[in-house]
Amino acid sequence: MQFERYGKGIAKGLRVTITHLFRHPITAQYPEQRLNTSRRIRGNELIWDNIKCTGCSTCAKSCPQGAIKIITAVNPEENKYTVEKIDVDTGYCIQCGLCVEVCPYGALFMGYAYERAQYRRNDLVQINEGLLASAEKRPSGYMHPDIAKELPRQTLLVERINEDK
Amino acid sequence: MTLKTEPFMLNIGPVHPSTHGVFRLRTTLDGEVIIDIEPIFGYLHRGVEKLAEERTYTGFIPLTDRLDYLASMSNNLGYVIAVEKLARIKVPERAEYLRVIIAELQGIASHLIAVGAFLNDCGAFFTPFLYMFREREKIVDLFEMVSGQRLLYNYMRIGGFAQDVPDEFLPALDKFVRQMPGFIDEYDRFLAENEILLARAKGVGILTREMAIDICASGPVLRASGVKWDIRKVDPYSVYDRFEFDIPIGSVDDCYDRYRVRVEEMRQSLRIIKQAMEQIPPGEIRAKVPHLVRPPVGEAYAHTEAPKGELGFYLVSDNSIAPYRCHIRAPSLMNLTALRDMMIGWKVQDAIIIFGSIDITMGEVDR
Amino acid sequence: MMLPADWPGGFWWHWLVFTVIIIAFVLTLVMGLIWIERRGMARMQARLGPNRVGPFGLLQPVADAIKVLLKEDITPARGDKIVHLLAPITAFFPVLMIFAVVPFQNGALLADLDVGVLYVIAISSISAIGVLMAGWGSNNKYSLLGAMRSVAAVVSYEIPLVLSVVGVVLIAGSLSMNQIVLAQNVPFILLQPLGFLIFFIGGCAEINRSPFDLFEADSELTAGFHTEYSGMKFAMFYLTEYGEALALSAIITTLFLSGWKGPLLAPWLWFVLKTITVFFIMVWTRTTLPRVRIDQLMALSWKFLFPLALINLFITAIEVLVWPEALPWTMIPVNIAIMAVLVLLWSKFFKLGWGRVAV
Repeated sequence: MQFERYGKGIAKGLRVTITHLFRHPITAQYPEQRLNTSRRIRGNELIWDNIKCTGCSTCAKSCPQGAIKIITAVNPEENKYTVEKIDVDTGYCIQCGLCVEVCPYGALFMGYAYERAQYRRNDLVQINEGLLASAEKRPSGYMHPDIAKELPRQTLLVERINEDK
Repeated sequence: MTLKTEPFMLNIGPVHPSTHGVFRLRTTLDGEVIIDIEPIFGYLHRGVEKLAEERTYTGFIPLTDRLDYLASMSNNLGYVIAVEKLARIKVPERAEYLRVIIAELQGIASHLIAVGAFLNDCGAFFTPFLYMFREREKIVDLFEMVSGQRLLYNYMRIGGFAQDVPDEFLPALDKFVRQMPGFIDEYDRFLAENEILLARAKGVGILTREMAIDICASGPVLRASGVKWDIRKVDPYSVYDRFEFDIPIGSVDDCYDRYRVRVEEMRQSLRIIKQAMEQIPPGEIRAKVPHLVRPPVGEAYAHTEAPKGELGFYLVSDNSIAPYRCHIRAPSLMNLTALRDMMIGWKVQDAIIIFGSIDITMGEVDR
Repeated sequence: MMLPADWPGGFWWHWLVFTVIIIAFVLTLVMGLIWIERRGMARMQARLGPNRVGPFGLLQPVADAIKVLLKEDITPARGDKIVHLLAPITAFFPVLMIFAVVPFQNGALLADLDVGVLYVIAISSISAIGVLMAGWGSNNKYSLLGAMRSVAAVVSYEIPLVLSVVGVVLIAGSLSMNQIVLAQNVPFILLQPLGFLIFFIGGCAEINRSPFDLFEADSELTAGFHTEYSGMKFAMFYLTEYGEALALSAIITTLFLSGWKGPLLAPWLWFVLKTITVFFIMVWTRTTLPRVRIDQLMALSWKFLFPLALINLFITAIEVLVWPEALPWTMIPVNIAIMAVLVLLWSKFFKLGWGRVAV
């Protein structure tokens, strides 16, 4: 006689739940505890290096959204372009990182910060000096291995929990 | 003497706590029993296929992320394989093995959400959902280490990957692969034999084998009805023919079978990942492909086994930097055409479970 | 209605003190129960619960109450306004009235009725009318579906509930709640294991607790019969839900777990501890179990619980009449064995629900 459905499955399930009551929860209490993000995080704002940039506009041509606009002027004495205006609309940006990847001179960086929300839509548009690196806008190591080496190690959930199985 | 009753129309969705995305289901009910349904979708249409004609081949990859947003790597993989077929590009060995590892990891992550959401619809108040999200968090952490983002990765490129994996990826993956089978066993102890779940999901929403083949279903929905059809075995792409794995199939295609097939597929994915980790060679991570690819004139169709089913990309090229036409065969759209036959005669509560068990994502259905 | 012999002062003084005690007890303990449910369920789901408001999040229910009071009060335009207004009140006041006969200590209750158990069962059915009024007055198909399901289920589950309590009454020999507690030298859960199981399952179904919470299933009907409620009226429904859970726990403690009896601590403290333990078991089952379907719910009541309750009643009656000197120690293993056999047999032959209906 095969007995089925008399409550054994329910009892097993109840046992699993009650063992979880005695384990440490896995959530971290933000904002007191912040976990380290990846070294290659494609964070919020774009960072521009105006010394390495030559105004070739490869980044603007490769952006799928058209969020980068560049206006250049010719400088005939030194035979190069000067960038008059570089305009990045962070609201259109989808953080894909294609611009950073194609830049032939390594003059673009993704941001490392993820808490750069602004109160007004107009504040999301950054122009010229607003795109340079600063204390709040640190560059991330996406496509730049030398920067990635300096950044702290990512917190991984596989390492934070050791459950005795 | 029978009481005179009349059927009434109930609108489930588009904004509903349990339809997976914006999906509207107009049901005609007689008391609690469903007499007729009419699915209405299109609320998430963004014109992705038209946008493909205006972006370059590489610039379209971020948009393929957003098709099935819960399994982005698989979408990237499907598209990139189609372009490589069109442009006849050969991918280096290390990139092929890494593609297999990443695609299988993404399959596990997507099945975790599918099973968790299905059990949540059955009524277990978020508990299995949160347990499975804990495991998915570990996978998403690995992907964040590799690509920089947590949901829409944009990591695969035509000819390989954007960057090589960092040094701590393989040890962390090893730890994950060791821990995961224990957690899958814990889920089985938790709910697989639960009497209430068996009563709710066994025998409900049966899709017969003939009907499944007729509507071109694919993925776990097809395999649960006993058809042994997996593109990784039937038409292998990448290096899948070098690995040894089984294809779990069900017998009766009801909600419970689809749930079991998904859990077993997670176990088989772990097996493939272990074998790939042992065999991965060092080397190049990306073939030498220019940023603006110009494939020769022609057309190509490439299909891959995404977690939801057979994802296909059809590309037509006219030797310019953007495709002339791109069509996406979305597995969720094909799977949901059988909803009417599956749901008629059941009750409203069963309709929600049936809808959760075929696991669709509206980003794919509407594109 | 008689006062206990050692009560100083008159009748109205007794009435006033106990009314205040009951209202304070219910409101405070409901807040405690909400806290236990949210933290307990959260820890079982591997996350923290609310822990910002007050130490350990103890003031979270207070914050919820303030938030709910400040919300706008919406009445549907084409619904029946008077019915919509009276529904939460009709659902809530029976909960307070049940506590009039629950003993906190020996003789410490508002009214030591000779028919306490009958009073409790009668009053607790009035909440069902409140639910039906809520569903009807909202002018909303979802609410109506939820209310209809709820009334059908509450009416069906009354019968096994009552039958399982009659077993306890037979052994104790009186319908008065105080007498039942006094007669429990051995807790009745050991003497009536099948009765306890039926009462627990039936009680959970009556008060819309998981696994039977399909009347307000969040993932199916967007909150069922209280979809259209906001502000203070929603707070009354919320209070009703936890108040009924508290009332059920208190009644289970009195009838099956020997109420306020226990060594060392004060009797009312034992009562509170036992009530909280029973409630914790309800939280535990809510976290673990999925929901049943409506026709499976009805089948469970009529085909599973009702025959078992009848058989339990007959067996208890035979034991009390024919074999009174076997009480209580021989009866315990006999009853537990009978319960195991019956549950196994019934689950083998029990078919749940309809299946697919041909359309």
